[in-house]
Amino acid sequence: MTSTAPPTARATPARRRRTPRDRGMNRAFRLVSTGSGALILAVLAAVAIFLVARAWPALTTPGAEIAQDVGWFPADASFLSFVGPLVFGTLLAAVLALVMAVPLSIGIALFISHYAPRRLATALGYAVDLLAAIPSVVYGLWGAMTLVGFVGPIWEWLASFLGWIPLFEGPAATPARVMLTAAVVLAVMILPIITAVCREVFLQTPKLHEEAALALGATRWEMIRTAVLPFARSGIVSGAMLGLGRALGETMAVLMILSPGFLYSFAILQAGQQQTIAANIAAQYADAAPIGVSTLIATGLALFVITMAVNMAARAIVARRKDFSGAN
Amino acid sequence: MAQRIDVKDLDIYYGDFHAVADVSMTIDPRSVTAFIGPSGCGKSTFLRTLNRMHEVIPGARVEGTVAMEGVDLYGDDIDPVAVRRQVGMVFQRPNPFPTMSIQENVLAGVKLVNKRISKADAADLVEQSLVGANLWNEVKDRLDKPGAGLSGGQQQRLCIARAIAVKPDVLLMDEPCSALDPISTLAIEDLIAELKQSYTIVIVTHNMQQAARVSDRTAFFNIAGTGKPGRLIEMGDTGTMFSSPTEKATEDYISGRFG
Ligand SMILES: Nc1ncnc2c1ncn2[C@@H]1O[C@H](COP(=O)(O)OP(=O)(O)O)[C@@H](O)[C@H]1O
Ligand SMILES: [Mg+2]
Repeated sequence: MTSTAPPTARATPARRRRTPRDRGMNRAFRLVSTGSGALILAVLAAVAIFLVARAWPALTTPGAEIAQDVGWFPADASFLSFVGPLVFGTLLAAVLALVMAVPLSIGIALFISHYAPRRLATALGYAVDLLAAIPSVVYGLWGAMTLVGFVGPIWEWLASFLGWIPLFEGPAATPARVMLTAAVVLAVMILPIITAVCREVFLQTPKLHEEAALALGATRWEMIRTAVLPFARSGIVSGAMLGLGRALGETMAVLMILSPGFLYSFAILQAGQQQTIAANIAAQYADAAPIGVSTLIATGLALFVITMAVNMAARAIVARRKDFSGAN
Repeated sequence: MAQRIDVKDLDIYYGDFHAVADVSMTIDPRSVTAFIGPSGCGKSTFLRTLNRMHEVIPGARVEGTVAMEGVDLYGDDIDPVAVRRQVGMVFQRPNPFPTMSIQENVLAGVKLVNKRISKADAADLVEQSLVGANLWNEVKDRLDKPGAGLSGGQQQRLCIARAIAVKPDVLLMDEPCSALDPISTLAIEDLIAELKQSYTIVIVTHNMQQAARVSDRTAFFNIAGTGKPGRLIEMGDTGTMFSSPTEKATEDYISGRFG
């Protein structure tokens, strides 16, 4: 699926004396770097091959036959109609989390990099890094035991005042084991990584350009808009994609919070509507027949493809305005 | 348009470090004033107090007054942002915004003040500013290309165009040619001679021939030793400063470089 670049013709070596030791180091370094590159590709290929090979039975067996052996597989479904809602639920959860996390992360990162006094900025930076160190099971426990109770009344309020928006259609479930709660936990989980990436790129904005904006009579916020954010755009996209990747694959938090359903439903305040691929694999894996395992692996393959597609899209976005990227 | 600046008893600090001591001078409108002196004597530091850019550095502060047509720029009710709109600045290294096209760069400052400028007005202003910066003929066919794609000299003139697009009263330039080749340097010097018809121009330069060529008045700064504050030694008409300076230090510095 991925091809290595063909070896480019090497430039004629400049005439320069090299000691044998130098040459040895050169060769060793080249070997190590080529080797690691090849290893990554090999691992990627191995995973892909494993997924396709193990998913194959499920992809080629008619849905009715799978349903005979596997209790949770709907009788009248094909594999595609089974995986469809899962893909939908996965994307919905990840996108919701991203929509909440990205603006907040940018805000926190800007505060740390450009507004907070030095001491506070350092402390906040540590706090954000600590958030990243919390295991996802802990987030899941916190979400299921505390957050679900806490957001219940808020979701009810949302449903009664904004219920005319399909997303917030009521009645809000009690307890709030719903998509929006899971997405909030996912957002908290991906917040640190996005914030950390954003903070780094914001701090790297050249002083030169910040001063150019200030000298034109920009306020601090205008300076950020003119010099910092455009410079950081591709970094923000990369950070968001890292977060999206984590949100797409996150298992425990969703598993522990969301009351699952298999619908194409935007009702994020109601229970039993959606499920994500990763949480579904974890939920069904233990007691699945061989064909059931194969089905689950096939859904894993779908997740793999989605993640790859998301990454490629991100790269395309970053590359689109390369001329204006600031690398000159 | 052009304005007169009176500096009185100005002391400049970086935290506890006293960088420049006790400067008083008058800068005439519609003229070019050059600052010369050995490096580290505080020319840039002093220049940056004239548009309140000094204080963007954490811990940096100023004592004394800088009055523009009688109004103290450091007065309590003065907004530094407004000062910077009135006093434009060109930096040592050309710094067009890398994510913006040539046209967007010229308009960057204008857009801050006037968000709804019409397309036609914007196009006029872009042309007028680029013509004013002697860059129009070179870039008129590629206004939507990145500003960072120009040569160093062109980038610096783009920065001048960006500064004059907001119609400031004063233009500060901190060694604007030190990163440029001789041809681009000449282009900028010619431009300075034209710009002084409409602006008060203050230029820092380490090149004394340049000071002699472009300026009407020259101020010589010096420093007694590392860790000591820089001081204004003397200031006068450029011709006099270079032919018969009053202070021995000025003469030493000028003749040292020429000889
Ligand atoms: N950002 C800064 N923080 C602390 N000290 C500074 C800073 N910038 C300049 N200085 C100090 O102020 C003095 C004057 O520097 P500068 O104005 O850059 O001199 P010049 O432009 O004449 O070469 C020097 O001693 C320099 O080390
Ligand atoms: Mg300097």
